[in-house]
Amino acid sequence: MSYIALSEKDKKEMLKAIGVSSPKKLFDCIPGDIKLNRDLKIPTAMSEPEVMGYFNECAQKNKNSEYISFQGAGAYRHYIPAAVDYLSSRGEFASPYTPYQAEVSQGTLQSIFEFQTLICQLTGMDIANASLYDGASGAAEAVLMAMRINRKSKVLVPKTLHPHYRQVINTYTRNLGISVREIGYDETGRIDTTELEKNLDNNTSAVVCQTPNFFGVIEDLDKISAYAHENKALSIAVLAEASSLGLLKAPGEMGVDIATGEAQSFGIPLSFGGPYLGFMACSKEFVRQFPGRISGETNDIDGNRGFVLTLSTREQHIRRERATSNICTNQALCALRATIFLEILGQQGLREWARQNIQKANYAYDLFKDIRGVKAFFSGEIYNEFVIKTGKKWKEVESEFMRKNIIPGISLERFYPELEHCGLVCVTEVSRKKDIDRFAEILKGILAG
Amino acid sequence: MIRERLIFEISDKGKNGFRFPKLDVPENKSLNDRIPMRDSIKDFPQVSEVEVVRHFTRLSQTNYCVDKGIYPLGSCTMKYNPKINERIAQIENFITSHPFADPEMSQGNLEVLKTLEDVLREVTGMDAFTFQPAAGAQGELVGMMLIRACMEERGDPRKFVLIPDSAHGTNPSSAHICGYKVKEIKSNDSGTIDLDDLSNNMDKDVAAIMITNPNTLGVFENQIKEASEVVHSKGGLVYMDGANMNALMGICRPGDMGVDAIHLNLHKTFSTPHGGGGPGAGPVGVKKILEPYLPVPRVKNKDDQYFIDEDCPKSIGRVHSFYGNFLVAVKALAYILSLGPEGLREVSETAVLNSNYIRKSLEKEYHLKYKTPTLHECVFSDKYQKQYGVSNIDIAKRLIDLGVHPPTMSFPLIVHGALMTEPTETESKADLDSFIEAMKQIAEEAREDPGILKSAPHNSYVRRLDETAAARNPKLRWEP
Repeated sequence: MSYIALSEKDKKEMLKAIGVSSPKKLFDCIPGDIKLNRDLKIPTAMSEPEVMGYFNECAQKNKNSEYISFQGAGAYRHYIPAAVDYLSSRGEFASPYTPYQAEVSQGTLQSIFEFQTLICQLTGMDIANASLYDGASGAAEAVLMAMRINRKSKVLVPKTLHPHYRQVINTYTRNLGISVREIGYDETGRIDTTELEKNLDNNTSAVVCQTPNFFGVIEDLDKISAYAHENKALSIAVLAEASSLGLLKAPGEMGVDIATGEAQSFGIPLSFGGPYLGFMACSKEFVRQFPGRISGETNDIDGNRGFVLTLSTREQHIRRERATSNICTNQALCALRATIFLEILGQQGLREWARQNIQKANYAYDLFKDIRGVKAFFSGEIYNEFVIKTGKKWKEVESEFMRKNIIPGISLERFYPELEHCGLVCVTEVSRKKDIDRFAEILKGILAG
Repeated sequence: MIRERLIFEISDKGKNGFRFPKLDVPENKSLNDRIPMRDSIKDFPQVSEVEVVRHFTRLSQTNYCVDKGIYPLGSCTMKYNPKINERIAQIENFITSHPFADPEMSQGNLEVLKTLEDVLREVTGMDAFTFQPAAGAQGELVGMMLIRACMEERGDPRKFVLIPDSAHGTNPSSAHICGYKVKEIKSNDSGTIDLDDLSNNMDKDVAAIMITNPNTLGVFENQIKEASEVVHSKGGLVYMDGANMNALMGICRPGDMGVDAIHLNLHKTFSTPHGGGGPGAGPVGVKKILEPYLPVPRVKNKDDQYFIDEDCPKSIGRVHSFYGNFLVAVKALAYILSLGPEGLREVSETAVLNSNYIRKSLEKEYHLKYKTPTLHECVFSDKYQKQYGVSNIDIAKRLIDLGVHPPTMSFPLIVHGALMTEPTETESKADLDSFIEAMKQIAEEAREDPGILKSAPHNSYVRRLDETAAARNPKLRWEP
């Protein structure tokens, strides 16, 4: 297959116009001793049906379609309305570049402006950006932003934050003289506030708090923000399951300074972990330290409303090494999917969606807790995920479930060696009651055996 | 012209565009008392499905895009995005695959990642790749972190990174986040790195050089091997910004030029769509010396089984929530398998042919600061038009009237009033000619009737927008 649109005649005419005999001549500027002078050793070209066939076979080697899954932990199964795929696959959205030429990019720029507004409404914050790569790098960017604001060098990161997010924060901060201190959890499954208090001092730049946290437990953001502010540190909220914003109190109502997270839940398929959608919002006063692209409203010379990328003096192409972040390409098309998703759901749909998540998960939680040999490991309230402790090691429980074509959740042992009997189970609006009930029956059987 | 309102202005109480099935578990009313819940979000949109569909259809029609025509945005490689890639990236077993799925259940995904790694190793001459970086800038950051980790293990991370004055802004910014100070290296009269200036600045305090090749002028850094030797002789490493790989596929390989680490932009060279600003992917390739530091997780294979290796003690750690932008990798592999070795070389040859055809056709009308031969792009400037009071922005905006997308403006910084032009290989001669004709018409208008350029665009959806006012009085969200 080739995607070249020139005929042999075209090529000849063009070479003649340039004044060279063959395209190879145009590479004379490359020294001979570094030229390859052979064909690349990669598979020979395939036709479209052959390529399709190869990938169909490849995809068949994935076994996910044979299982019912209760996995979450930062990647959530939700229903995606048909209009999301339909609209976001339009070439007018999929095939432009970043909207540098605003006059021919109003569709993209206005969509970003709507996305920013929706994120502000959901988080209760003043401003939002056009997107970041994902939840993990969003958390890292929030930490770097806090350090730029208050120039302090210590950040408190709880063990209740997604382990991968913690790893990314460590990678991003390790060369910048920042000390990252991990804070443990208590029997509610929330941040251990005694330990938090002990570690807060006037060199603390920020306290990071994920809610609902990695264990699915809803944190007391209000209290965490108050602790942070008493020590003149900033409060960073991380939302790894953005659907919770449809029902739970907004970060902006709970003293949060920077809200960031993962919006995969808003119309983006699981896709083996990406592309996903990082987002960030903050209070107005921090706008100069805010990373990422922002769309802003303005007028054209006739006085008509239009949108442009704005406040770009923060960004790398203007400020180079003094930029607030190096990010330029972000996850624009994912942000468009989220925008369409949220607008389709609308005010009532969003609330109903979150309500079904919290109701179904709590139904499952209550059902499983009552099974002999099962314990609710934490006492805190949960949103759509929860930790259960079983009489057997989770790995054994899991393999029994897999035999019945159910993936019961995620083993916590690899991240928390102390939790080898615990699994993290996620129940969303797509989990049917009959599957939840069957889960309970199977679990009962495994633990009775 | 009818202006598309914001969705919030279309919204009306009580409408909705979606209905969930009835809750199939008994409602637990006590949750409302136990958990602090918010009220309905005031002013959140309430619209029907048809209104949403028309809203976005109308918005989309105000965008210019590659599916519509030539998009010669320099440094961005706006080539046509083959449609088969999109279909493949929608295969059910790919998109419903959970990132925590056991490797045994996701052999197909892992095969894609490993196969793509293998073909990119061959295309670039590097030894190993990571697919974690979600975009080029994150790739640069990872590349610099790898270099720093290697330097630290040798005993001293060093303080500086050398960056040519023609570099992308992301280079200095990425080096800075990695804890390095930037020293700028001058370009010489032919637009390439000044080897003397490099030698003078290269010492034991310099960790690395970041080179773009071909550079942002479209010029091949013909002394790259010598430059690499200078850097290596003082214990430094060479990072290459691979944004311009579209000029080199099957022609020459960074791994054969002394490059130790490189990032590729799958959304440029390997045809995955830009999506109006992402998602892209910025995989990083390295030579053996940097492989131990690559981010986790790494995909490997043994006895026809693919597995995930997280046990890499020297790794810089993780930079993405999961495996990077997996579906973008799927599309890039589909592209490479479609083209094969001859096809990839034809891509680069044709991209260079198209660019030189434009250069030749316009070099009388538009100033070229550097006369050096160029590959996949060339940088004109507004120098000849300045005498009529016309600047590059006026030329760009007038191109919009004439139905083509403008080149990249005002970059690289070493060319004042730059118009950086990269047609890519997928344009037909008719499309190239339409761009050339438009540019010629504008050159004539600059002489005859500059006013028409200064007030352009005239027939776009919106006319020239006031960017200064947008920044001075930021309005970043809708408010009732």
